[in-house]
Amino acid sequence: MSAPTTAIRSVSPARWSAPRQSETPGDTGAQPDETTADDEYQRDQSPQAIVVERLTKVFDARPVLRGVSFSLGQGRTLALLGPNGAGKSTLLRILATLSRPTGGRVIVMGHDLAREANAARWAIGYLGHQTGLYGELTARENLLFFARMYGLRDGAKRADALLARVGLRARANDHVGKFSRGQAQRLALARGMLHDPAVLLLDEPDTGLDEDALALLSELLDERTRQGQTTLFTTHQLARGLAQSHQTLVLLRGRVAYDGPSAALDLAAVCDLYGGEA
Amino acid sequence: MRLAWGQLWAIVGKDLRLELRTRQVWMSMGVFALLALLIFSFAFDLRVENKAAVGPGALWVAFIFASMLGLGRNIAAEQERGPMDRLLLCPVDRTVIYLAKVIGNVIFIGVVEAVALPVFAALYDLPIITGLIVLITLLGTIGIAAVGVIFSALAANTRAREFLLPLLVFPIIIPVVLGSVRATEALVNPIHGDPPWLGLIIAFDIICLSVSAILFQFVVEE
Repeated sequence: MSAPTTAIRSVSPARWSAPRQSETPGDTGAQPDETTADDEYQRDQSPQAIVVERLTKVFDARPVLRGVSFSLGQGRTLALLGPNGAGKSTLLRILATLSRPTGGRVIVMGHDLAREANAARWAIGYLGHQTGLYGELTARENLLFFARMYGLRDGAKRADALLARVGLRARANDHVGKFSRGQAQRLALARGMLHDPAVLLLDEPDTGLDEDALALLSELLDERTRQGQTTLFTTHQLARGLAQSHQTLVLLRGRVAYDGPSAALDLAAVCDLYGGEA
Repeated sequence: MRLAWGQLWAIVGKDLRLELRTRQVWMSMGVFALLALLIFSFAFDLRVENKAAVGPGALWVAFIFASMLGLGRNIAAEQERGPMDRLLLCPVDRTVIYLAKVIGNVIFIGVVEAVALPVFAALYDLPIITGLIVLITLLGTIGIAAVGVIFSALAANTRAREFLLPLLVFPIIIPVVLGSVRATEALVNPIHGDPPWLGLIIAFDIICLSVSAILFQFVVEE
C-alpha cells in the first residue's frame, strides 16, 4: 500500500476490523482500558493536552513533516508509530520545544509553543534517543541538578523517591558513566518525570530495557493514565505500542496515515499501513 | 528572578563539579599555557630593554590559545552527548544558560591564569603581580569567554569545530587582545598619554555580553 497523500482522521470501522492479536510476542498485557464508543466520545470532550495543526518542518529543503494535525486529550496515552524516517522524532522534538516548526501551530496544555514555549516547558517531560545525563555525576546528583533547574523545593525527596521507583536506589551514588544502557534509560525516565509533568514525551523509551524494566515502564505509564496525566510515546514494538495506548497516530513520510483509537488497530493493519516501508 | 539566580548557579556549580572530577579542561589548558610561556621565553631575546615589549604579548597569546582548548571542549561535550538538549528543555531563560557558561569559563580560564601569571613573572622577570593585573586579566578573560561561548555553541554542531572555533573567535577578539596586551605593557612600562585600554576592554565586554546573550537562543535552538 502506498502512503496516503491525505491524513485519515476518522477510520471506518470496516477498514480496521481485523481481529486484535491478544497474544502477540512482547505484549505486556498492560493495555489501558479498552476503547469503546463512549470512551472515544469522552476523548473528544475532554480538555486537550496537545493540539497540533498543519505542522510542517523542513530541513535543508527536505520536508520532514508535511501538514501534521492531531489532538490528544488530557489523561490519554498516544502511541506514535511509523517506519524510520517518518518524522516521529522530529515531531516529538517540536512538541518538546527543542525544535522550531517551519509552519503550523502547536499548543501544549494551553500554551502556544510559538509564543509561550517557556511556560509550556513546565508541563513537559521528555526522554529522547540520547539519555542526556551527565556521566561524571552520580544518579542522585543528576536528578538534583535538574530539580534545581525546575526550582523544586522538595527536589531531594522527589529524587530519592524516583530513584527507588525506577529500581536505582542502590546505585544512587554511582557515577552514571558506569551505568548500563538500560540503567541509564531508567534514570533518564526518572529525570523526565522529576517535575511531575502533565505531558510526558518518550522517544523509543523501550530501547535497551530488559523485561523487568519494560514491565516497570508499563506500570509507570498506567500510573500516569490513572492520575489523569498525558503521555505520548514512539516505539517500533508495534504490539506493545497498541497495547499501551488509547490513541494511535501513524506517520508515513511526514504525513498522518492514521489517527484514531488503538483498539481499532491491530498489527496486520499497522503493517498494511506501513506497506513496503517497515 | 530568584529561580533564574538559582538556575544560573546550579549550572555553574554543575560545570565546576564536572571539571573537578575529570580535570580534562584544566589540565590541557594549564599545560598548554605553561609550555607556551616557556617556549616563548626561549624563543625571544629577553634582554632588559625589550622584554617589557615582548612579555605581555607572549602572556596573552598563551592565555588566548589555552582558552580555545577549554571553550571548545566545555560546550561541545554537552551538546554532543545530549545534556544540552535537556538543559534547553528546562524552563530556563537562554540568557541564564549563556551567562552561566560565561561565568564557568571565566573561572576555568581564571584558574589557569592564576597559575600561569607567577610563572610568567618569574620567567620574564617582570614585576607585574599587582592588583591591576588581576583586573586586566579578569576583564580580558570575560571578553574572551563572552565571544568564545557563543561561537563554541555555534561550532559544536559542525564537524570541524576545533578548526572553526579559533577561526571565528580570533578576528572578533582583536580589540580585547589589543587592549589587554597594551594595558599589561603599561603596567611594566607606563607611557604618558596612553589611550584608556581598560575602558576599551570594558566597552568590548559590555557589547559582546549584551549581543551574545540575545543571540545565544538562536544558536542553541534548532
